[in-house]
Amino acid sequence: MNSRKYLVLAGVSVFAPVGDSLLSYGMKQVGNISLKNIPDLLLAIANPWVGLGIILLLGFFASYMTALSWADLTYVLPASSLGYVLLALIARFALHEQISLMRWLGIALVSGGVGFVTSGPEVTRRPPPHLSTGGSVAAEQP
Amino acid sequence: MIRHAISNLNGWLAILAIVISSSAGDVLLSRGMKQIGDLGKVRRKHGFNFVMMQILRNRYFLIGVACMAISFYSLLYGLSWNEVSLIGPAAASLTFVANAVAAKMFLHERVDRRRWAAALFVAAGVVLMAF
Repeated sequence: MNSRKYLVLAGVSVFAPVGDSLLSYGMKQVGNISLKNIPDLLLAIANPWVGLGIILLLGFFASYMTALSWADLTYVLPASSLGYVLLALIARFALHEQISLMRWLGIALVSGGVGFVTSGPEVTRRPPPHLSTGGSVAAEQP
Repeated sequence: MIRHAISNLNGWLAILAIVISSSAGDVLLSRGMKQIGDLGKVRRKHGFNFVMMQILRNRYFLIGVACMAISFYSLLYGLSWNEVSLIGPAAASLTFVANAVAAKMFLHERVDRRRWAAALFVAAGVVLMAF
């Protein structure tokens, strides 16, 4: 893992929770959408908060695709969950919100999970294609 | 009372849809990106346009994006019915576990005890952080 790869994982971590929060804020303004009015979901992107959330989620998507090109899915997902912790710490120290004991416990568990996965290899090593009998993903061509 | 039950039912239906479509999307995207290879290295060797063409022509990527779109609209649907403090953590934590199972089954990733522990710790942590 080099600094570029850590930066990509940081992008995945930060863009997703901030984008989700903006979507939530925007959807509260849009209001309830029933199954009868499903097309209204398409119009929801006209809300500026939903629009801004989508832009951040596009940044997340680009970082996520890049990370998945060199790391396992079961590595990228837990490793990038540090964003949840980041949001809670911003809420506590920048916005001076109260963080409950349960939430601190949650932060500890997420941090522990990130520590577990990042201490191991980021990708499953496979035998070279000529030694492999099965259809290894890395050996397939699009 | 009935309205609350309908909100809860719609919320959990949305969570189920998010978990299934998101896990399917993650597995397909991961498979597609592995086929292309390290995007940074491919870009340095062949250029940005080549990378974009490889991604946009990859069928796993395209189906994966469709699954992600379903997941996204399921999230919007769920958020319009229920609190983000339920939809967000429930969908995220269940997706972590579903992804670990799907990655082992369909991508043949080596999900050792360390990765299982990571998925379960993060899933439990995400739920607790909602309180």
